[in-house]
Amino acid sequence: MWTQEHFRVLHVDLTARKSRVLEFGNPVDALGGSGLAAALYDEYGLPQEPAHHPDQPLIFAIGPLTGYYPLMSKVVCAFKSPYHEQYAESHAGGRMALAMRFAGYHALMITGRAATLSVLQAGSRSMQIKDVHYLRGKDVFSTGKLLRSLTRSSDSRGHRSIIRIGPAGEKGSSYACINVDTYRHFGRLGAGAIMGLKNLKAVAMEGDADFQMPGGKAYAKIYKDFFQKVTATDMMRKYHDLGTPQNLIPLNELKSLPWRNLQATSDPAVDRISGETFAEELLLRQTACAGCPVGCVHIGLLRQQFAKDHEFLYRQVSYDYEPIFAMGSMLGLDAASNVLVLLEETEKVGLDVMSAGVALAWATEALDTGLISEKETLVPLRFGDVKGYAQAIRHLGLASNDFYKTLAQGSLVAAEKYGGGDFACVLGQEMAGYATGEVYFASQATSFRHSHLDTGAYSYDQKRKEQDTDAAVKFLVEDEQGRMELCSMVSCLFARSVYTHDALQEALAAVELTDMADNLTQASANVQQLRWKLKIATGFDPHAVKIPKRFTEVETWRGKIDETFMWDVQKNYADAIMKMAST
Amino acid sequence: MKVLLANRMERCIGCHSCSLACARQVHKKFSWSMAGIRIHSSGGMTTGFEAKLCVACNPAPCALACPTDALTQREGGGVKVKHSLCIRCGACAEACPVDAIYLGEGLPYLCIHCGRCVPFCPQGCLELVDEPDKEAALAPECAPFGHMEEQ
Ligand code: SF4
Ligand code: SF4
Ligand code: SF4
Repeated sequence: MWTQEHFRVLHVDLTARKSRVLEFGNPVDALGGSGLAAALYDEYGLPQEPAHHPDQPLIFAIGPLTGYYPLMSKVVCAFKSPYHEQYAESHAGGRMALAMRFAGYHALMITGRAATLSVLQAGSRSMQIKDVHYLRGKDVFSTGKLLRSLTRSSDSRGHRSIIRIGPAGEKGSSYACINVDTYRHFGRLGAGAIMGLKNLKAVAMEGDADFQMPGGKAYAKIYKDFFQKVTATDMMRKYHDLGTPQNLIPLNELKSLPWRNLQATSDPAVDRISGETFAEELLLRQTACAGCPVGCVHIGLLRQQFAKDHEFLYRQVSYDYEPIFAMGSMLGLDAASNVLVLLEETEKVGLDVMSAGVALAWATEALDTGLISEKETLVPLRFGDVKGYAQAIRHLGLASNDFYKTLAQGSLVAAEKYGGGDFACVLGQEMAGYATGEVYFASQATSFRHSHLDTGAYSYDQKRKEQDTDAAVKFLVEDEQGRMELCSMVSCLFARSVYTHDALQEALAAVELTDMADNLTQASANVQQLRWKLKIATGFDPHAVKIPKRFTEVETWRGKIDETFMWDVQKNYADAIMKMAST
Repeated sequence: MKVLLANRMERCIGCHSCSLACARQVHKKFSWSMAGIRIHSSGGMTTGFEAKLCVACNPAPCALACPTDALTQREGGGVKVKHSLCIRCGACAEACPVDAIYLGEGLPYLCIHCGRCVPFCPQGCLELVDEPDKEAALAPECAPFGHMEEQ
């Protein structure tokens, strides 16, 4: 069903309450995923209009190998970000990729604004926009529960994906996320706020169509090979075993784990929030994105006493490395179960966990240094004090007062008003959990998604001792291009050692997408270029990038940060980006 | 006669590898539904997963309900399927007590107990057994994720 002729896009206009199926674009050039999303924004986006313009498209795109191979299980969400008003992408797993695939769409594009709070329900033979005004203000979990019964059809259980927002998305927080099937997220840069602006509480996608098998024996064999590699070798083992939290101890040892608003990069308390501790004390089970036999999603058991007669309630909370950094070490927490308390609160209100944790870390230091008082924060914020943070997360999600309303637009926006810009840990957006050194800081501040996922700069810092600006910039540009192939397919990035360039070409050819296979190198370079063009057309100036002072004060395993080297990498990387965008 | 059992679904991670493998290999389809085994969530993602598949009734109500012999009783439980004889009346799916038959374009898709899905389950949830062993159904012993037997 993935032809080489055109993409099949479901376009829903919420204002007109109409939908249509578009035959769009050229798959051999745009591939899918990141490439398809960029091509759609290029055609239908409004780069000059603000992010909150109702006609800005909210795009979800899958790739040509979705469902055909293991771990081809992600969706790219593209939109103009309310956080920085630039073209942005966020990726999520869950069941949505396969649901879209089996519903027969390569992309879903939503424009306009519904008259009342609505849910969009779509499948291969259905499309409805339903009023759900009664879900206003409902948290992510109760919304999920109500929607499951509201959108159920005879065979939909397990073959349907429900994505939804919480109060933070409805309130327009710049880092409201979209929750996908309870445990996954389009987390960063405010996709949830865009759904909120569209008056769209949720999308339920049902994968209810069937297709002919592509290829013949070659496909069966290559499928089996990939499957063996990801399940029967050690290549993916760590993701299933401790999961990404296995990184806490090594990064702490490398002096690269941000603690207490990046006042330190290492702390002996890591043992109390390490992957090992989570696994031994709290892990309930692992679960998986549909189409992924690895099962890296780790679910912890949170048990809370609510009355004195041994009365407990229990919750299942998913955890990962980044959430533990953001709601754990960054806030100085030293008990794994307390991290789960905060993750659960963040999940309920529908905020991006990294942005929220880093923003609260800034607020804690701002309170401590007297820039703000409890008049603003409403509750005491102290590193290590879980109670205050649990309440503060609710205030942040609900934008309870002027202070939280401002903080919900980003730490730098708050710092502009209250001071404390020097210690706002923002690199394009609130930082990810890697204080590995100069190349990483320059990379996250400047790269496309302002994310640790744009390139492997954090591991570059760990592997390369010499300070070679040209080599670093070359690495950033080339590594991003490699990732463009995967992000256009849209594979889980954990599988990047399995899905090498050659393996992807083979995989495409085996499902009869030979022209795409032959054009893969050129097409991924084009995708990289188009994304940068769109980001720059929506206002990004890589030369205007700022890296707050706090990042120059930290000590990593390499020693003190070398500011000259960091800014050298940043400037040269900015030059390289401008060059890519202008060719 | 071998029978497929899904006795260890407590371990299931919801990857759908089994049903995709069945659809691909047995039914020559790219599908979530045209498969002998379908994975549903028991509720949301928080409640775990259940497998919908033929439980090898003997006699099988679906075969008894079929007016054309498209479904016939298999010795030892389960049924044989012959799509060319099917008139797409849907009586089999209605008669199935465990909702294991999926009607795709009117034709019944159900498990034929061939076991080709088994090697694709990374968690060891599924097994193909000679005689449905009542004891095996009770105790999910440990032999999970593909590479863990090395330990
Ligand atoms: S649908 Fe086909 S197999 Fe099922 S009862 Fe009718 S004729 Fe028999
Ligand atoms: S045993 Fe065969 S027919 Fe049954 S579900 Fe597995 S692969 Fe399908
Ligand atoms: S392959 Fe195993 S773990 Fe995956 S869905 Fe099927 S039964 Fe569950």
